[in-house]
Amino acid sequence: MASPMSITALASDTIINAGAVDYLILAVYFVFVLGIGVMASRGVSDSVDFFLSGRSLPAWVTGLAFISANLGAVEIMGMSANGAEYGLPSVHYFWIGAIPAMLFLGVVMMPFYYGSKVRSVPEFMKRRFGTGAHLVNAISFAVAQLLIAGINLYLLGSIVHALLGWPLWVALIVAAAIVLSYITLGGLKAAIYNEVLQFFVIVAALTPLTIIGLRKVGGWGGLTDKITSAAVKNGTSAGDQLNSWPGNDISGFSSDLLSVVGIVFGLGFVLSFGYWTTNFVEVQRAMASDSIASGRKTPVIGAFPKMFIPFITIVPGMIAAVSVSEIIEVKAGGSVPGGSSGKGVAYNDALLYLMRDVLPNGLLGLAIAGLLAAFMAGMAANISAFNTVVSYDLVQEYLVKDRDDSFYLLVGRIATVAATVIAIFTASLAGNFSNIMDYLQTLFGFFNAPLFATFILGMFWKRMTATAGWVGLVAGTGSAILVWALTSFGNPWTLPGQGSAFLAASVAFVVDILLSIVVSLMTAPKTSAELNGLVYSETPREDLVDANEASHPWYQRTIPLAGIALVIVVILNILF
Amino acid sequence: MSVNTTQKQHTAGILDIRNVIGALLGIYGVILTLMGLFGDTETDKTDGINANLWAGLIMLAVGIFFVAWVRVKPVVVPEDLDTGGDDPAYMEKH
Repeated sequence: MASPMSITALASDTIINAGAVDYLILAVYFVFVLGIGVMASRGVSDSVDFFLSGRSLPAWVTGLAFISANLGAVEIMGMSANGAEYGLPSVHYFWIGAIPAMLFLGVVMMPFYYGSKVRSVPEFMKRRFGTGAHLVNAISFAVAQLLIAGINLYLLGSIVHALLGWPLWVALIVAAAIVLSYITLGGLKAAIYNEVLQFFVIVAALTPLTIIGLRKVGGWGGLTDKITSAAVKNGTSAGDQLNSWPGNDISGFSSDLLSVVGIVFGLGFVLSFGYWTTNFVEVQRAMASDSIASGRKTPVIGAFPKMFIPFITIVPGMIAAVSVSEIIEVKAGGSVPGGSSGKGVAYNDALLYLMRDVLPNGLLGLAIAGLLAAFMAGMAANISAFNTVVSYDLVQEYLVKDRDDSFYLLVGRIATVAATVIAIFTASLAGNFSNIMDYLQTLFGFFNAPLFATFILGMFWKRMTATAGWVGLVAGTGSAILVWALTSFGNPWTLPGQGSAFLAASVAFVVDILLSIVVSLMTAPKTSAELNGLVYSETPREDLVDANEASHPWYQRTIPLAGIALVIVVILNILF
Repeated sequence: MSVNTTQKQHTAGILDIRNVIGALLGIYGVILTLMGLFGDTETDKTDGINANLWAGLIMLAVGIFFVAWVRVKPVVVPEDLDTGGDDPAYMEKH
């Protein structure tokens, strides 16, 4: 999960001096992106193709797209900012806050999503709980995607402005036009292909940045020495920055025990399971795979690269904090004018400054291409999930029923255009109301926590009723907002760091579960036949697994792969 | 998922994502290698390493690996996938 980047006005000077070769590398990337749209459009002929990529992609492709959809530039810059500010505890966002939930999605939940042949996460809601829960989920999701796409677009525009010096409005429109053309042409397949491509460009750009940066500060030993001496000078604790546990700075709890509980339950369980298992942006990538076995393997395969991404995002942040003069100054409590926001250098700029100090022209262009690609991929992921939900869950379900497939394909294309135009407006809005957008982003995180509670209860407890579905969702979301507002504005409960978000999500989860149980016991349940494929106890075991999977070698099966991933994450947690 | 053998089949060709990845990384590899050989290596920034050259050579190798992978194990697409079928069979499983 990305930490929200602050959204502020713009710098007048460029941070980085791009040369001709850097522009060449950028141009090559855009040719590829648009080329993919054109090529993928030849394969798009019906609406399943457009929205779910014909359910035809191999697991390693959807697996990389799965983490790429989340590896937006907000995440890359946000995580290097966290690395610069907090040091190693930031790895919790990956090792605790992502991997377990991704494995759970693959092993436990994916069979229901894929096996029930739903085309979206809200559609699963509809089949399991009916109209109330479906509408709440579909509308809140669609609105959230529009706003998040706008934020991605705005950040993209401001980075282009800061790096290349283009005016903001030009950058906004050019970026929107590129995203629009490849999605309308190629649909989800083009979005996924670009995400996979973006993954390789990002890795190719950040790996040399990390290696050279680490060499310059004298290797890992040099890095820890420098962090220690800087911490002594600034009067802070180096141990907090060099050990991932107990992570008090991240959680905001001063007690070690509370901090560990907060991270494990709040971040690791509620927030991360809510995000990774019910967010359609992610789940859509797994639904696009070629079989139930590939669908299950998608998040599991994604987990392997995901667990090593901290080394090329958080570690460069830590390097920047001891080697980039501007960031050293910021960390010592000083303020430096400039930065990508124009309102002074912030931790969010750590990666950009490290690029400036370390990469020669050539690799620099690659890094810029990677960052731009990451922003566009993030926006494309939001928009391709949005158009699916709008055409299948809103238009087809409630507005215009029973038309032929080409009609909904057209609706999807119109929704894509509309979403892009709206994103340009939300992007301009984001520039004017920076704080509101930050808060909105935090709030959307809260929709996911009760959603996960409703899903998990609904999948494993056949007695849960339709009324309980929407009541739990509304009450859970409401209580999250209440707790968050109390801890953010109302003393004496104010919590620093991410503590209030962890707490709000945890409360939402508990309230949703309790209310759902109470309401279910008072209302009439659905019959067993209606729940086939949707609830664990009512679904034949053989419908939940791929019959062919048993014949695959062990390294191609979901459960052994997930086991290996879990062991590696435990080892990483012990090492750091 | 096995491909129906009675259908006409063809390989995914240039549409195969591995070809796309291979081509992009290959082009970048060539550009960076040339920069490393003939451009300003800016070794004061990179702690004495010719970063463009090394990164370029590695990317070139990875790009060639992807294209070679397609040659060794081409993806077979059933013919009707291009003409409107929603047949999920796309990839002949290895």
